[in-house]
Amino acid sequence: MLKIKVQDLNKLFDAISEKEPLYMPLEKAGEANYGLYKTGEKTALDVLKTVKSAKDLFFPQSETIVKFKTEGKNITVEDIREEVKPFVLFGVKACDFKAFEVLDKVFLADPVDTYYQAKRNACTVVTFACRRPEESCFCKVFGIDAANPVGDVTIWKDDENLYWRENTEKGSKLTESVRYLFAEGGEKDVQNQQEETRKIIEKLPFSSLDLSYFENTEMMDIFNRPEWQKLSEACLACGTCTFVCPTCQCFDIREFKASNDQIIRYRCWDSCMYSDFTQMSHGNNRTTQMQRYRQRFMHKLVYYPENNGGLFSCVGCGRCVNKCPQKLNIVKVVKTLGGKKDD
Amino acid sequence: MNKVEELIVKRARELLSSKEVDKVIGWKKGEFYFDPSPAVFTSEEELKDFVYNGFCGANLSKYLVQELKKGGKIAVFLKPCDTYSFNELVKEHRVDKNAVKVIAIECQGKLDIEKIKEKGVSAVTETEENGEEVIVSSLYGSAKFRKEEVLLEKCLTCKSKKFAVADETIVVNEMKETANDRFSGVEELERMSEEERFAFWKGELSKCIRCNACRNVCPACTCVKCVFDNNASGMATKAPADTFEEQMFHIIRAYHVAGRCTDCGECSRVCPQHIPLHLLNRKFIKDINRLYGDFQAGEADEGKNPLIEYTEKDADPTAAVNGEVRHA
Amino acid sequence: MTDEVLIPKVGVVTDVRRDTPDVKTFRVVGTDGKKLFEHMPGQCAMVSIPGVGESMFSITSSPTNEDYMEFSIKKCGCVTEVIHSIEAGQQITVRGPYGRNFPVEGAFKGKDLLFIAGGIGLAPLRSVINYVRHFRKNYGKVIVVYGARSADDLVDIDEIKNEWSNEENFEVYLTIDRPQEGWNGHVGFVPSYVKEIGLDPNMTAVLCGPPIMIKFTLQGLLELGFNKTNVYTTLELRMKCGVGKCGRCNVGSKYVCKDGPVFRMDEIDELPDEY
Repeated sequence: MLKIKVQDLNKLFDAISEKEPLYMPLEKAGEANYGLYKTGEKTALDVLKTVKSAKDLFFPQSETIVKFKTEGKNITVEDIREEVKPFVLFGVKACDFKAFEVLDKVFLADPVDTYYQAKRNACTVVTFACRRPEESCFCKVFGIDAANPVGDVTIWKDDENLYWRENTEKGSKLTESVRYLFAEGGEKDVQNQQEETRKIIEKLPFSSLDLSYFENTEMMDIFNRPEWQKLSEACLACGTCTFVCPTCQCFDIREFKASNDQIIRYRCWDSCMYSDFTQMSHGNNRTTQMQRYRQRFMHKLVYYPENNGGLFSCVGCGRCVNKCPQKLNIVKVVKTLGGKKDD
Repeated sequence: MNKVEELIVKRARELLSSKEVDKVIGWKKGEFYFDPSPAVFTSEEELKDFVYNGFCGANLSKYLVQELKKGGKIAVFLKPCDTYSFNELVKEHRVDKNAVKVIAIECQGKLDIEKIKEKGVSAVTETEENGEEVIVSSLYGSAKFRKEEVLLEKCLTCKSKKFAVADETIVVNEMKETANDRFSGVEELERMSEEERFAFWKGELSKCIRCNACRNVCPACTCVKCVFDNNASGMATKAPADTFEEQMFHIIRAYHVAGRCTDCGECSRVCPQHIPLHLLNRKFIKDINRLYGDFQAGEADEGKNPLIEYTEKDADPTAAVNGEVRHA
Repeated sequence: MTDEVLIPKVGVVTDVRRDTPDVKTFRVVGTDGKKLFEHMPGQCAMVSIPGVGESMFSITSSPTNEDYMEFSIKKCGCVTEVIHSIEAGQQITVRGPYGRNFPVEGAFKGKDLLFIAGGIGLAPLRSVINYVRHFRKNYGKVIVVYGARSADDLVDIDEIKNEWSNEENFEVYLTIDRPQEGWNGHVGFVPSYVKEIGLDPNMTAVLCGPPIMIKFTLQGLLELGFNKTNVYTTLELRMKCGVGKCGRCNVGSKYVCKDGPVFRMDEIDELPDEY
């Protein structure tokens, strides 16, 4: 294990960013989100939850997928994909890191999504153990240890030091390039911190959330529960929960004319909460907000696990808990449905 | 249970049991003290979950639009600022006031749990209100705040504690008007140079994730099909393709609600990135007051707003641009 | 760089045929004049006119056609409206094939086959019917029941009358919703016609058409003694990626684009009623 004094962290960020683009939580206009670090940038490593998750780095909110040139009746397809240069993603919490596994199962499944794959492969992920999880956190429920995330490198931080552990070959390479900034040691400090954090996690109000109902109940029984109506009635049909969610992966493909003869086709995040999500010219298979609301949670708790060996498409990051304008969230869904079933 | 909540629940129970109304729109308790959600109550039994506390910031008026479509008579609990939204919805024929019983309720300003957390208190387990104090317990210890430190942005500059409409009122304690000037934030922006102001909005608006929460919560945004959702409009977008687009979304929205925005502040309350959207709306309100005379949208449920009415006293639009012209 | 499914191929429309007032059939080849890709009956492809948008269509032609692919497209939305305006020689983009096909090399083999279509619902069935005709000896008796609003709305009527009707051990029943001058055939809705024909419930049935037609026809078939495990249909939902990633065409845990569009009725029974 290595360690570095907290007052030297900017030196570390500068050293990494000199070699490879460094993406980490930055504070812009008062909010912490992942961004490209430049010397002098206001970092926000200590913020427990960035507003948007780290999925942005592999699956950006909008990205061009292909360009077309038209000339008369002819079309030329322009493959705009370029090699993605190695980059470092720094400070990813255990929940967000687990979310990559959830996204991988979608984007890396055959046929592979090469846009996602290229960024995923080019990235060295430095995960960051949580020290002070909060009441909206429930990663423990999904078997995540917030005090010991994996990734290529894991870091811990206390008031004096940042501790550094390399986990993979990629991690070793990164370590090598900044090794001169570090001193040896810190095992005991990390161990103490982990013990303390885990004690807190045990006490978090949502850590005892019980998902067994969703594991042991038939899809249609859950789907047909009458409680969906009440659960969804205050839903504004906005996309906040889906856009701050680290595992929501739905996207739209749209295009626009960049000039008279050039068309850019891009994909962008989409939300199953939006009424046009399933709108076809001759109808819509989900016409009510209750259906759309149910779809989102059925996907996370039932459909996705069914297709992916029981893995839930939720990592307990709690962003939806914090950010839903009307305080609806997955915890309320789990508790309402997962309790005793109505007769 | 606080006294106001007690009276509200009692009244809701009476209205439902006497069948005077078919449903009641209020707030339902969440997992904590600080996370109640808007809810529709149709039976006395459901009222056991009714809650009214310092965290009931949500404006319930817009829910009437969807609930009235389902039929029946509805009682709705509105805080002073929410009553203005109600009037505006009536004025725009989105809500039939005859089908609604407005119960105007006391509000001493609503609290912002995110502000509390920003003050370093996390893992909140309990929150308690005690007069002017908010006591927060967490797994890391407890803390006490003065209410004004942790009020919602919209409540810091509350426009009025007057009820613009009320079939009944439930008020136990006197509601004090705030001394804060709600236009001070706008004035601060006005004092900036154009470049500074542009940089300010660029920084704020580039955080936008286009979740549409501001639009969907807004009682003035009741278009059946929003232009930004309408593929046939040519401007339907779901993601910010560049920063200009985000500005376009918010600025067009601000223009569209100008003269109709009651300054309920819900847009800023719900923004996941804390973009101070209310400042855009307040700039319009301030300018409308200056050019056409003081006007408060939602003060009445009839009449025209200054932007769709002409009077001889109106400022000359071309002269108005130079900024000095005032309402005669 | 490795292939990317979201990047389409360029195709050329070599022929446009008007089938009905609102259905046209487009013949498509690659820029090299050859077929763009191979497919199986029931599979779909994403067709687009850049600048307008991409939509999923079933491939109407049979894979046994070695020269080209065909798409029968009904004008009903933004994309299809523009597609209807194109002329021969226009380039479009195509990607695919997507989805699970009819089990023509599996469960259908050696079976008597019943095809029931309504309106544009014939499009995906045309592919499988012509495939069956091509490998005629692999299958038993074939019955086609096809209905449309009017005689003018029957898609591919020339092929049906001139080719299908002349096949051996192959019966074609046509019907239209309302009486029409010059129409001597049956008048009435598909579901009731199906009950009148006198069908052997041991046949393997394939249904395609408007949801309401499918619902009532299925009911009719079940009354006749058909088993849901021998009845197939093909679903249509909004799609963007076509490969199970964009997340919008799911019915329960199944994605219509990759787990469908072809489903057996007993499989659909296990899914939520959201299609």
